[in-house]
Amino acid sequence: MSDKKPISSVNDFVVRFANVNGSGSASANEMFARAILRHGVPVSPRNIFPSNIQGLPTWYEVRVTEAGHLGARGGVDMMVAMNPQTWDKDVAGIEPGGYLFYDSTKPMPSTKFRDDITVIGVPLTAITNSTYTDPRQRQLFKNIIYLGALSALLDMDPKLIEQLIGEQYKGKEKLLSSNVHALHLGRDWALQNLKCPIGLQVKKSDKVGDRIFIEGNSAAALGAVYGGATVCAWYPITPSSSVAEAFTAHCKKYRHDPETGKAKYAIVQGEDELASIGIVIGASWNGARAFTATSGPGISLMTEFIGLSYFAEIPAVIMNIQRAGPSTGMPTRTQQCDIIACAYASHGDTKHVLLFPEDPAEAFEFAAAAFDLAERLQTTIFLMLDLDIGMNHRLCRPLKWDDARQYDRGKVMTAEMLEEGRDFGRYLDVDGDGIPYRTYPGTHPTKGSYFTRGTSRDRYARYSEEGTVYADNMQRLVRKFETAQDLVPRPLQANAERPTKYGVIYFGSTSPAMDEAIGLLEARGHQLDRLRIRAFPFHSSVASFLAEHDFVYVVEQNRDSQLRQLVVNENGIDPVRLVPIVHYDGTPITARFIAKAIGDHQDQLKVTPLRKAVS
Amino acid sequence: MTYIAKPKFHHPGLKKNDLGYTHRDYEGKISTLCAGCGHDSITASIIEACFELSIEPHRVAKISGIGCSSKTPDYFLGNSHGFNSVHGRMPSVLTGANLANRDLIYLGVSGDGDSASIGFGQFAHSIRRGVNMTYIVENNGVYGLTKGQFSATADRGSKSKKGVTNTDNAIDLVAIALQLGATFVARSFSGDKTQLVPLIAAAIRHKGASFIDVISPCIAFNNHAGSTKSFDYVREHNDAVNRLDVLVGRDPIAVDYAPGTVQVVEQHDGSKIALRKIDADYDPHDRLGAQTFLARHAAKGQIVTGLLYVDPDAEDLHAHLNTVETPLNTLEADTLCPGSAVLDRINASLR
Repeated sequence: MSDKKPISSVNDFVVRFANVNGSGSASANEMFARAILRHGVPVSPRNIFPSNIQGLPTWYEVRVTEAGHLGARGGVDMMVAMNPQTWDKDVAGIEPGGYLFYDSTKPMPSTKFRDDITVIGVPLTAITNSTYTDPRQRQLFKNIIYLGALSALLDMDPKLIEQLIGEQYKGKEKLLSSNVHALHLGRDWALQNLKCPIGLQVKKSDKVGDRIFIEGNSAAALGAVYGGATVCAWYPITPSSSVAEAFTAHCKKYRHDPETGKAKYAIVQGEDELASIGIVIGASWNGARAFTATSGPGISLMTEFIGLSYFAEIPAVIMNIQRAGPSTGMPTRTQQCDIIACAYASHGDTKHVLLFPEDPAEAFEFAAAAFDLAERLQTTIFLMLDLDIGMNHRLCRPLKWDDARQYDRGKVMTAEMLEEGRDFGRYLDVDGDGIPYRTYPGTHPTKGSYFTRGTSRDRYARYSEEGTVYADNMQRLVRKFETAQDLVPRPLQANAERPTKYGVIYFGSTSPAMDEAIGLLEARGHQLDRLRIRAFPFHSSVASFLAEHDFVYVVEQNRDSQLRQLVVNENGIDPVRLVPIVHYDGTPITARFIAKAIGDHQDQLKVTPLRKAVS
Repeated sequence: MTYIAKPKFHHPGLKKNDLGYTHRDYEGKISTLCAGCGHDSITASIIEACFELSIEPHRVAKISGIGCSSKTPDYFLGNSHGFNSVHGRMPSVLTGANLANRDLIYLGVSGDGDSASIGFGQFAHSIRRGVNMTYIVENNGVYGLTKGQFSATADRGSKSKKGVTNTDNAIDLVAIALQLGATFVARSFSGDKTQLVPLIAAAIRHKGASFIDVISPCIAFNNHAGSTKSFDYVREHNDAVNRLDVLVGRDPIAVDYAPGTVQVVEQHDGSKIALRKIDADYDPHDRLGAQTFLARHAAKGQIVTGLLYVDPDAEDLHAHLNTVETPLNTLEADTLCPGSAVLDRINASLR
């Protein structure tokens, strides 16, 4: 029936599930991804979901990748089409030679299919309805039944799926056995009625290693627990809400006093983002480690307080799980579009520290580090995640913690130091690094108190509108920002095999697609040195990298090439040498996109030598 | 000017409190407000209340928003940390500070622009949450620092200094605080120190969200005929339901009014409030009654003052969140960090 030879691929293909949201498909789909991991084969799943609770289309895409390419690939090799609303688009999106899996209970006209794909019909509704009477059960078990059928088609080991079901329903015997039963209903039907396996197959491998499978938001929240955050104030906003929810869950497990049962943390759902950041700043001013999690619109609302944090020098940690803007934008789609908004947030001359984790493991590390940095630098630290890292399970190295590590509480003058007669000037640069000492409220009966304000003041925190006093303070803040350069995570450089005049700068969730793209570009003969920026302010090695290359591509997921703007602005370099490579349709950037954009530009740059052309 | 330090010397015979502090130890910098400003009288009352309660001055955190009222924390408790934050955002900053260290006393100072307009939401939600604080609104019905615009507490029909009549309805913060569940609600007048000082003292001793609306005439922009927040108008329309004394294991604060029926309210911390009722029917434990009473008198153009409602057994936000007794800001890695062994188990559960 196919005009084209069916795709044949082991451990390297993309399966996309098209569902209706609210139908309970998410857990079955996630189990599919986990089951492949249990085969020792890396997967990279992504949720593509609407800003809605029930009834709208949702997709779950699983890239099966023995080679370990965790970025989105683009294209679909097998579509599990469970949503009639999106049928036409879903069928059209299958790669030639690909596979369509659908519920064949009701006959479909042949015009609804394609000739160049393999169509696999399983009467899911019929099987479900003949087995279950309860409508909710019918809906939920239908998902498990298609999982069973897929396991047969893709030659997966059913024991591994049963093991996962066993772990999920541990202690709930009835649910456990009924799920296993549903799995085999689908599997057996496929084995008896279809040619199994198809060209796409999962074979056991050993490429997963000790890696873990975790969402970036959960990892960042765990980083906050390990990093000693005791106050969290937040306002629900997609895609950041799961940070606060995960923090709550982690704290319930790990932060209660075993004897009294009391909480060693305080979490407040604010009435808005203004209150959330206000609570964070109040708590940090008073010496607790505090954070909020938000997304673009929340950042916009918080900017007045962010300026206060900068100018009055109060620590704060803001986790920004970026989504597509501007305004409400696309709340459930990913972008890296708040770089400028965060780097220069608030009125007046301000600059803020940004951290760019590439995956959940770095989200954990950088989240914990953010609290040290915030207290050391006495300013706002942004942890810049995005929806792609934050809300998807990502395979990453295991989380690590050194038990000898102590928190860096920064320069805090204690009652003893004040008693010794140390000179306390809240905004006095005693060490030349631009960072002054602070005192916590209530430290000493007669020494060390001061009045915190957003108005200008002298080195001893006394109100002043003198121009020289104001400028002196603003200059110290510049020194402090220079100090920050050497405290934040440094860029990581990876050079091409052969020396090259071309480089590429990238950051955050672009990382896996970039790594994969390098391979594709090398195959086309393009050699590129890579620099992954992990923080702002930029370390001096960014300037060196720019100096060492004729052209540097800046790959990012926003329209205006915001990181490039920041690099140009902060390094004062010729923008012509920085080539923007931007992807901003709300889907995660792919290796194919990067390789094509850079490859095409490289091809244009190649000038054929004149003599060769004439001869 | 705030950068001018007050002279340190004082009369050797100045009265000392239980901790050996004099009034001077509770003062701050010299006020920069207009001479005769009602806010300065409130400042004096706060100083008096803290002195009388023998509070260690440095154990108070003074937090304010923006505006004339919000400048005042610089003028009292000079040995306390102060935070002149962002317009209308004192309540959230105070909430965060309170979460970080439950052992300090939190004094939130705000104005009617700060709390009834730009910060109306934050005012409401901090009260809802039951943050343990004393929230004082220095209410003059006008924007002083920007020279005389109406605020949201200006009464409908009242006239600005320029002769403009206010056509918007007024927000009564006391009525709102009652509705939102504040567990200590009072109103007073900056010119009535005998009523205000014990109210502030009782509010500080109250464990929960204490709210005091203090009508404080603006000498520059809202003290003219036609204003309903002028000294003359408030004196004429003031209807006090009670006067009180606060007893903290020592002699009651002297008050100079005729005794009526006395009702003693014991607060959670053991301190007692002796309420001398002026309106014999008024019951300060009846939230609904207080709301009705307030509405009835407002309709008659009367400004009800005194302790309008108190729940002596109130719970605060820390109780709701079940937080540890030790201030969160003193906890370190040894108690906060679950450690590598737990992390290994977490890793194992994620495979």
